Amino acid sequence: METAVFVAGALVCLLGAFGLVTSENPVHAALSLVGTLIGIAVLFIAQDAEFLAAVQIIVYAGAIVVVFLFVIMLIGVETSEDLRVEPLAGQRAAAVVASLVLAVGLVGVFLLGEITGEPGAIAPHVEGEPNTEALGRVLFTDYLLAFEITSVLLVIGVVGAVTLARHRHAAMVDDDNPGDDIPAVVDQNEEEVAQ
Amino acid sequence: MILGTLTATPYLVLGAILFSAGMFGLLTRRNPLVMFMCVELMLNAVNLTFVALARELDDLGGQVAVFFVLVVAAAEVVVGLAIIVSIFRRRPSATADDLSLLKG
Repeated sequence: METAVFVAGALVCLLGAFGLVTSENPVHAALSLVGTLIGIAVLFIAQDAEFLAAVQIIVYAGAIVVVFLFVIMLIGVETSEDLRVEPLAGQRAAAVVASLVLAVGLVGVFLLGEITGEPGAIAPHVEGEPNTEALGRVLFTDYLLAFEITSVLLVIGVVGAVTLARHRHAAMVDDDNPGDDIPAVVDQNEEEVAQ
Repeated sequence: MILGTLTATPYLVLGAILFSAGMFGLLTRRNPLVMFMCVELMLNAVNLTFVALARELDDLGGQVAVFFVLVVAAAEVVVGLAIIVSIFRRRPSATADDLSLLKG
C-alpha cells in the first residue's frame, strides 16, 4: 500500500521537477513546481507527517507559488528564455556532470550507508499522540526560543521586502532619511543615447 | 505507522534525485525567477529527507526542522522576490547573465 503511494507521489515529484527545469515559460515552471510540492505533501502524509503536509499545501503550494505568479505577472511573462542558446560554452555539460556526481554520490551514500542516529534521541514519539498535537508540544516546549526567533525573522522579511520593493523616486522626496540616497532609476536606452 | 511497509531509503533516494535536479536547474537556467524556483525545489528535497529520517528514527526533531525550514523559505521568498522585482524594474527582461555589475 505504501509502495503504491510512494510510487505515485514520486512520479508526480519527478515529473514536476523535470517540467520546472525544462519549461521555457516561467508560468509553466511555477505550475510544475506546484506539482512537485503537492507530490511531496503526499509523501509527507505517507510518512505520518500530516501537519507538515497541510502546511506544505497551504504555505508552499498556496502562498509561495502565488507570490511567484504575482511577480511573474508584475514583470511580464515575455521574459521567457530561449533554452536552445547557451551563452556560456560548456556550462550545461559542466552542470550535467556536477549534478550527476552529486546524485550518484548522495544515492550511493543512502544505499550503501546505514542510519546511525539514536532513535528518539531529541523528541521521542509518544505512543498514541496525534501528529499535530505532538508537533505542537515539541514546538512550544523544547523549541520555543527558535519559534520566537522565527517571528523576528518574519518581521525582518516583511520590512525588508517593503523597503526593497517600494518606488525609490517617491522615497527620495524624504530628504531626512540618509538611507534613501540611492540614485533614481535611469532608463538604459536614454543612457546609451546620451553616450 | 498506518501504512508502514517502506523503509526510509526510497524517500532518501528520491530526495537526492530531486536535490540534484534542482541544482541542475539552478546551474543552467538564466531566468532569476526560475532559478529561485529551483532553490525551492532543493529545499523541498531536503525537507523530504528530514521527514523520512524523522520517521525512521521515531523522532519528531526532523519534523520540527522541516517546520523551521518552511518559515525560513517563506521569508527568503519574500525578500528574494523583492530583490528580483527591483532588478527587473531597473532593467526589464534581465537574465542572470546581465547582472554582471560586480564582475572584476
